[in-house]
Amino acid sequence: MDKILLAHGSGGTAMHKLIREYFVPEFDMKSLGDSAIVDLPDSPIHPFTHLPLKLAFTTDSYVVSPVFFPGGNIGELAVYGTVNDLSMVGAKPLCMSTGLILEEGFLMKDLKKILASMADAAKRSGVKIIAGDTKVVNRGKGDGIFINTSGIGILEDGVNISPSNIKSGDKIIVSGTIGNHGVAVMAERNGLSFNPPVLSDTAPLNQMVEEIIGYGGVHAMRDPTRGGLATTLKEMALESGLCFSIREASIPVPDGVRGASELLGIDPLYIANEGILIAVVRKDAAESLLAILRKNRLGKDANIIGEVSEAPEGKVLLKTRIGGTRVIDMLSGEQLPRIC
Amino acid sequence: MSLAVETLKNLLKQIGKPVKLMEVCGTHTVAIFRQGVRELLPEELSLISGPGCPVCVTAVEDIEKAMEIARKENVIFTTFGDMMRVPGIKKNLSEAKAEGADIRVLYSPIDALKIAAENKDKKIVFFATGFETTSPSVAATLFEADKRGISNFYIYSVHKLVPPALDALLGSGEVKIDGFILPGHVSTIIGSKPYNFITEKYHKPSVITGFEAGDILQGINMLLEQIASNRAEVEIQYKKVVREEGNPKAVALINEYFEPCDAYWRGIGTIPLSGLKLREKYKHRDINSVVKIETSFISGPQEPKGCSCGEILKGIKTPDECPLFAGVCTPENPIGACMVSTEGSCAAYYKYGGFSG
Repeated sequence: MDKILLAHGSGGTAMHKLIREYFVPEFDMKSLGDSAIVDLPDSPIHPFTHLPLKLAFTTDSYVVSPVFFPGGNIGELAVYGTVNDLSMVGAKPLCMSTGLILEEGFLMKDLKKILASMADAAKRSGVKIIAGDTKVVNRGKGDGIFINTSGIGILEDGVNISPSNIKSGDKIIVSGTIGNHGVAVMAERNGLSFNPPVLSDTAPLNQMVEEIIGYGGVHAMRDPTRGGLATTLKEMALESGLCFSIREASIPVPDGVRGASELLGIDPLYIANEGILIAVVRKDAAESLLAILRKNRLGKDANIIGEVSEAPEGKVLLKTRIGGTRVIDMLSGEQLPRIC
Repeated sequence: MSLAVETLKNLLKQIGKPVKLMEVCGTHTVAIFRQGVRELLPEELSLISGPGCPVCVTAVEDIEKAMEIARKENVIFTTFGDMMRVPGIKKNLSEAKAEGADIRVLYSPIDALKIAAENKDKKIVFFATGFETTSPSVAATLFEADKRGISNFYIYSVHKLVPPALDALLGSGEVKIDGFILPGHVSTIIGSKPYNFITEKYHKPSVITGFEAGDILQGINMLLEQIASNRAEVEIQYKKVVREEGNPKAVALINEYFEPCDAYWRGIGTIPLSGLKLREKYKHRDINSVVKIETSFISGPQEPKGCSCGEILKGIKTPDECPLFAGVCTPENPIGACMVSTEGSCAAYYKYGGFSG
């Protein structure tokens, strides 16, 4: 392959290969998570808990097309995405920067709408947007608007959320219904409408994360964005070196997503989400954590979808509704619509 | 579900010998894997995948020609997404796009008309692939184009027909199959009658089947019952959707615009009257008659060495019997077309058969 293809940006195997072969060796990267944990030379002490603090840092770019879709727009997506990336390592999001690349001819009224939505989203998440940059490119050289956000969060000492903590016997929880964001965007892009409409689930997860971390027993978290639930579970299984077994009947899939998936010939397990998380938790804490999640508006459809076991290493196994088992792999290429 | 499996086992006992059924359609192959149906089946019953993935059977030559058309100035080439990664001789449409060809993925051919209306100075070409399930929507798009007076819309038709392929498969005598799980979607359009030759000429039981696990098990049981009682009929399991007469409106639409022609099926060869070409009076919509396509560099079928797609499509080999399978040929780096489409047998075996991950 001598050129970048769209598959390299789909969150699946092609992207993983690209990162492993091109980025890791150049940058001498230790971790491939979305957020990095930064040890400070002289750790400041938390004013109330008196524990030393660490920083979490992340960056993400948003190129969604169309920029306005049912349930949200590129602006709030950019804020929530970074808030969520920080939250997934257990950090409390503090502040963020934003960089906008605008295409000549982009409508002022749309820009205003997007910025207002970013401001609302920042307020709702309790973060401040404190630095920014704007560039304009010639008409035809960009797709209206691209947004980058980079965020800093604070990690209290003792909070250690990472796939390396996952143990055999742990329970796997998903915090809400899957597939909504991807279907909302695909529907808008293709002029399809569903009744009732499928809305993007874009939302900040930090509040909910704080609640479950406060309770304890959370070993690892991820937000299943590009590549969907399947790809994210596979990443976690590979990183922990354990086996993830999930039950199809326990995974919450809304009717609209199920219907749209059948129509478009795609698998809900591989559709992007923007407002749910997967938590792998200690077995004896699972029911209590589930109850905490369900009390939160964003977690009302949360469910325990499976368990972690020793073997086979790095595999994700799905128990189908009729009792068969199938192996789940990462998204390969892009999710393309079928033709028959 | 367990009741259906019990019935199935009893019927097999009654038959008293191993039974081999072919699921013709790629959607069935995937549905069977995805729902874990295979695991419920006893060893004496084997399911083999047939030629029913239109992506898989598109000829290398057609992919090369499609890229030639797409690379032309003033052409916007539109296609279903599945076709993007089907390997040509060296490249695929996805790579041609990365190199600058204006190629756009559509969910429905009708979307091409919008592009045509917005780009009057360009030729909008739709890569018309697929079986009887997709040809009616292409015919409807041609009808709409005429109705809306859109003159810059063209198609490149490589449409294929399912019944002639099954006839060729059975006629070759290479394949030993005891019965057919016939495609649900295709049959929605053509109904059950075009399959009558399977029972009349070859005395093979056939059941048009739906895609849920329950449908599939019921379809298999209907086939086993026929085998047990030495009957051979075309039955419909998928009654909630498929009628004996199919969808006459859709068939009439296909017949208005298209006529059967000989077609080359990747890995299988040329099958008489198994493709669709535009009728003479609609030739002005055929991109082949409008632009000159350089094809001298394509010599012969150009199928990759060592690739068993042909034998797999014919049900002679299973994907894991191909020397390239899962080693050289994977969904990331497909050598043969059966690995490209999500509904190709090789991709389904790879994804669900435990070869990946």
